Amino acid sequence: MSNFKLLKAPFNRENPITVQVLGICSALAVTVQMKPAIVMALSVIVVTAFSNLIISMLRNTIPPRIRIIVQLVVIAALVIIVDQLLKAYVYDVSQKLSVFVGLIITNCILMGRLEAFAMAQKPWPSFLDGIGNGIGYGLILVIVSFFRELLGSGSFYGHKVIPQSFYDAGYIDNGLMILPPMALITIGTIIWVQRSKNRDLIEK
Amino acid sequence: MMMSLRDYLNRVKPKFEKGGKFEKLRSTFDAFETFLYVPNKVTSKGAHIRDAVDLKRTMSVVIIAMMPALLFGMWNVGYQYYISIGQHASLLENFWFGFQKVVPIIAVSYISGLGVEFIFAQYRHHEVNEGFLVTGMLIPLLMPVTIPLWIVAVSTAFSVLFVKEAFGGTGMNIFNPALMTRAFIFFAYPAKITGDLVWNWAYTDSSKVVDSITGATPLANAASDNLAKIPSLYDLFFGFIPGSIGETSKFAILIGAVLLIITGVASLRIMLSTIAGGVVMTLIFNAIGANSYMTIDPLTQILMGGFLFGAVFMATDPVTGSQTPNGKLVYGFLIGLFAIMIRVFNPAYPEGMMLAILLMNMFAPLIDHVVVRSNVRRRQKRSLKSSVITK
Repeated sequence: MSNFKLLKAPFNRENPITVQVLGICSALAVTVQMKPAIVMALSVIVVTAFSNLIISMLRNTIPPRIRIIVQLVVIAALVIIVDQLLKAYVYDVSQKLSVFVGLIITNCILMGRLEAFAMAQKPWPSFLDGIGNGIGYGLILVIVSFFRELLGSGSFYGHKVIPQSFYDAGYIDNGLMILPPMALITIGTIIWVQRSKNRDLIEK
Repeated sequence: MMMSLRDYLNRVKPKFEKGGKFEKLRSTFDAFETFLYVPNKVTSKGAHIRDAVDLKRTMSVVIIAMMPALLFGMWNVGYQYYISIGQHASLLENFWFGFQKVVPIIAVSYISGLGVEFIFAQYRHHEVNEGFLVTGMLIPLLMPVTIPLWIVAVSTAFSVLFVKEAFGGTGMNIFNPALMTRAFIFFAYPAKITGDLVWNWAYTDSSKVVDSITGATPLANAASDNLAKIPSLYDLFFGFIPGSIGETSKFAILIGAVLLIITGVASLRIMLSTIAGGVVMTLIFNAIGANSYMTIDPLTQILMGGFLFGAVFMATDPVTGSQTPNGKLVYGFLIGLFAIMIRVFNPAYPEGMMLAILLMNMFAPLIDHVVVRSNVRRRQKRSLKSSVITK
């Protein structure tokens, strides 16, 4: 596979959320508004990219029996750095993301990519794979949070987009959109659309 | 007149068949034709009652059974309205007022739901699912009359799309689409359908003119310890109380229930076991008696809110309910049990019936599985025993 493909495949055909079905929990939790979702997506991109890179560089020196622990140490160190950066520069968003930044450590995408890819590949492809999967994850987060924020709070990235005249005419924001079940249904719809476009992705 | 309609259908039919001019609209044509005339085909598969009539005719019985509740609901809308403005109105005036308010809701529910159904039928090249005939009529009955029409349209489309079509259409859905419509509104637009407030009728003193246009339902009064404000059993039974359009008159609902039972369309087992579940739970609460809601007697509990409506029209849905005879008993009993439990324990959800039925919809396949497995096991044991004896 060419390097560019490594980067691009997770956007659609090997999307970590809709095809590999990894990292669902955080996708449900942080997608109420777009801003936290985008910050979360960026954090995950950074962590997947660098953990893939570091583990790939270390892969020949890690004893197989303790590889999970080594991987966790690397991920945890990166997550702590990201968390501290968020706290320093975007404090309010980091408050909103609360535990979910810390929980990137347990995000299945990370361990999945390390085990499936970085442990057996050279650093550069691993780095691209990490970025690709991070973006693939972030893409879904942004799409889901776009719909949830638009329909649930009537705004786009924190700005009101539905005019006041709509509300005066009796329009009400959909309260269900703010609740986690609707994130699940939105992701389900994305999977639905994606599968009907790429029919070979449909499981038997 | 009737014959010419048939002739006309026969004449245009070839255009809709394969290779014809309007081939794409085949399922739409099919839907109208079979709606107007009994087709030669009968229902062959799916989780329906298998009989010599097709699914559309079965659905028609359910629609007819809902008519008493609907007509009474229309009258009651007008009755409650004229009480609230302190006027006395004739039977016809009451009915006419309600008719004007309810018919748009029915129309919107059908247009929105059938719209989604028709699009899907065209897209997937199958006939239009007739199941929506019943769902579309149930939805208005579950709504408070003040519900904005656009909310009805949005929630109906949502529930047909995600509760029915996403699971594969009529007969494949896990949850009751009509109830899901109400649940969607309940969570998405809570201000419009909380179940503790109703439109244009203040619950204080019906002889006075009141300026408030919303009043508490009996359930809300019960939840907030206003036991004295619960109406008399007579009012509860005949339905001269505020509430959602179809659920107030238990008398009208029972007429429908009798029709459903006589024609064999709905399960008497489910209805009775649901009521039994409600009574048992109420008696348990009566024995505990920790707060005033717990002391309400079983009859009042059963007659309050949408309990009977749910038991007759929603719990008996052959698609989402249990299929096995013993499973039906368990399924109904647990619905009644949970409905009362949710009512009493959670004041935020004054009407527990909706959530109880949806919860048990989810467990219905599991109940059936357990019933079937235990039957298999029992017979295995018996055959084992008899084989030992014969040796």
